[in-house]
Amino acid sequence: MTISSDSYSQTQRGWYKRNEIAITPWLFLTPGLLFFFVYVIWPIWQSFGMSLYDWNGLGDINVNGTYIGLENYNKLFGLAGERADRNFQISLWNNLRWLVLYLLAIPAGLMIALFLNQNVRGIRIYKSLFFFPFVISQVVVGLVFTWFYLPNNGLFTVITNWFGFQIPGGVLGNPNTATYGIIVAGLWPQTAYCMILYLTGLNAVDPEQVEAARLDGAKGRKMLWYVILPQLKPATFIAFVVTIIGALRSFDLVSIMTNGGPFGSTRVLSFYVFEKSLSERGLQYGYAAAVAVVLFLIMLVFISYFLWAMYKEEKAAR
Amino acid sequence: MNSIIKTSFAAFVAAGIVASATTANAQSLTGDLVIFSDMHDPAPRAVMNDMAARFGEMHPDLNVQVTIIDREAYKTQIRNFLTANAPDVANWYAANRMLPYVEAGLFEDISDIWDDQMSEELASTKGALSVDGAQYGVPYTYYQWGIYYRKDIFDELGLSEPETWEEELANCQTLLDNGIKCYTVGTRFLWTAGGWFDYMNMRTNGYDFHARLTNGEESWTSDEVRETFANWRTLIDMGAFIDDHQNYDWQEALPFMVNGEAASYLMGNFAVAPMREAGLDDDKLDFYQFVEITPGIPRGEDAPTDTFHIPTGANNKEAAREFLKFVVSAENQTLINNGANLGQLPVNAMSEVDDDKFLQQGFDMLSNRAPGGIAQFFDRDAPAEMAAAGMEGFQEFMVFPDNLDAILERLENTRLDSY
Repeated sequence: MTISSDSYSQTQRGWYKRNEIAITPWLFLTPGLLFFFVYVIWPIWQSFGMSLYDWNGLGDINVNGTYIGLENYNKLFGLAGERADRNFQISLWNNLRWLVLYLLAIPAGLMIALFLNQNVRGIRIYKSLFFFPFVISQVVVGLVFTWFYLPNNGLFTVITNWFGFQIPGGVLGNPNTATYGIIVAGLWPQTAYCMILYLTGLNAVDPEQVEAARLDGAKGRKMLWYVILPQLKPATFIAFVVTIIGALRSFDLVSIMTNGGPFGSTRVLSFYVFEKSLSERGLQYGYAAAVAVVLFLIMLVFISYFLWAMYKEEKAAR
Repeated sequence: MNSIIKTSFAAFVAAGIVASATTANAQSLTGDLVIFSDMHDPAPRAVMNDMAARFGEMHPDLNVQVTIIDREAYKTQIRNFLTANAPDVANWYAANRMLPYVEAGLFEDISDIWDDQMSEELASTKGALSVDGAQYGVPYTYYQWGIYYRKDIFDELGLSEPETWEEELANCQTLLDNGIKCYTVGTRFLWTAGGWFDYMNMRTNGYDFHARLTNGEESWTSDEVRETFANWRTLIDMGAFIDDHQNYDWQEALPFMVNGEAASYLMGNFAVAPMREAGLDDDKLDFYQFVEITPGIPRGEDAPTDTFHIPTGANNKEAAREFLKFVVSAENQTLINNGANLGQLPVNAMSEVDDDKFLQQGFDMLSNRAPGGIAQFFDRDAPAEMAAAGMEGFQEFMVFPDNLDAILERLENTRLDSY
């Protein structure tokens, strides 16, 4: 028994034992990398390829599609004498609105977290209530806000009527307000998400530092700015990441609340991709893929920044 | 490859045999017949299951399987299952809606079952199911569009069914003077605005112009189209449509009519069932054909046709062909379209129309009072890209009529790009 096991490990040691440290991490990474490659990298590559074709998504792309080079991008941006795609520009602007306004979830989440970070009877219930919107589905959030905004009998309309002003067409029926209406709906669960991130972050705040600062006479805004916030930096970073990604992925709310309307004024890039490919009157897969590539490149800017920031932090920690 | 040739050869032979044989001969059908259907609402679902059951009884050796998919989901799933996991029979729509699938070679050419008899019985829809002279599906039902109105309100205000544009406008003015909107409409999902455009354009410029326009042969910035929108604008400027209609889908627009806040609704016949359910019985609800606008132009009508097709990837094409012939038979069409089932119009000229008031009126209108021609619907007559841009433009026009010039220019650009 001993002998055989000995001889077994002997042969193994020859190659595996020597390289164990180098190989094991890769062994563990293999399943993840494999899935990442098959479900993320490969589709991205395919999208790039598809965006060079005029294809309606039916049948084989090599048979039913026509290779048109960068024609789809010409159409999108209005290069080479083409008219720029107005719907694409609308989507791009709306995405920008989402990016900027969605960030309000971070300070809002921080405020609520600071407010809830106290020990009173039943605080857990209050925390869960504030966290509630994040748990319910985006579909439900969208529907609730749609009813809230309804012209005539929606609660929001009733309230604005008290103050004597009215939004013609209702919030979601007016092209000037519809996107903002949806962003507000999106902020509700996103704020809850940021709040949870900050609540856990606040648990990790060093009480000794707070004590020391207090002895030095810091309180109120100064305490928050110079003592608490620096310690919440990891939480802020994560909140920033999820909010940016969330803003760029805003699809479900748009789809549920306005379906891109009124007359396409609430489109965002992700919704436009869906509209051009999978929706009822889509059938322009190549074009949709080109839009998806643009969305990917925008995301790539942020993703590279996040990775770079994380890398820097890791390096500093070492 | 060999097997494909074999199957298609077998199907060809089978079709030949079947075509020359009576139904008694067709009992030799065996194997599975897989049907994917979008008839998801309770009544259509019962109809579909019943059809499958009756077909199964006729062919005891055949195992008929029906899969019913949600109507909206079906529209996106069809492109996957046609390529990956094709059923033997699938539901879809006629005209331009089936064109991409025909062009991609996903729908089977079934010209062989469109023999002389069938072509005669289904003459009204043969064109909508033909591409380059070959047929790619069969119709099972269609329904009329027109103005459904509150008869009791009209009676109370002393109004009668209008025949001309002037009468329509006068009726509308009376309604508005009494605080009632003329038309309810919910344009959230755009197609309802497409219905309004179809009628305004067909009545202003005639069916032929409308057909050329949806076919990309006429300019959207032409004087004719502007004339259509000018007429439409007359109604908008009067305040004829309910406010904030861009927030509602077509069902959400129904209560305005049921509550008497609006007097009429330009809709397909499928709107009758929910209105009856909401308490509008036949004394309160009636129907009239959309009025004449330009005098002397033969009236064309919208009458969308729903269809069955055989995917090219089907396994049991022999049984599928037999099923399609069963579906279009006069007897079956009478049964499935009666008031107790679909409550729509049978396509087969030999079948009987139910006694229902609206079906009778609709049938009479489409057979005798639509000399201009029968259109499918804006989003079935125009290709997808044009339909999407067009209906979005119509909705914008209904809310901001002043944007017309920009809208028409966009539509013209889309036309130049997409045909």
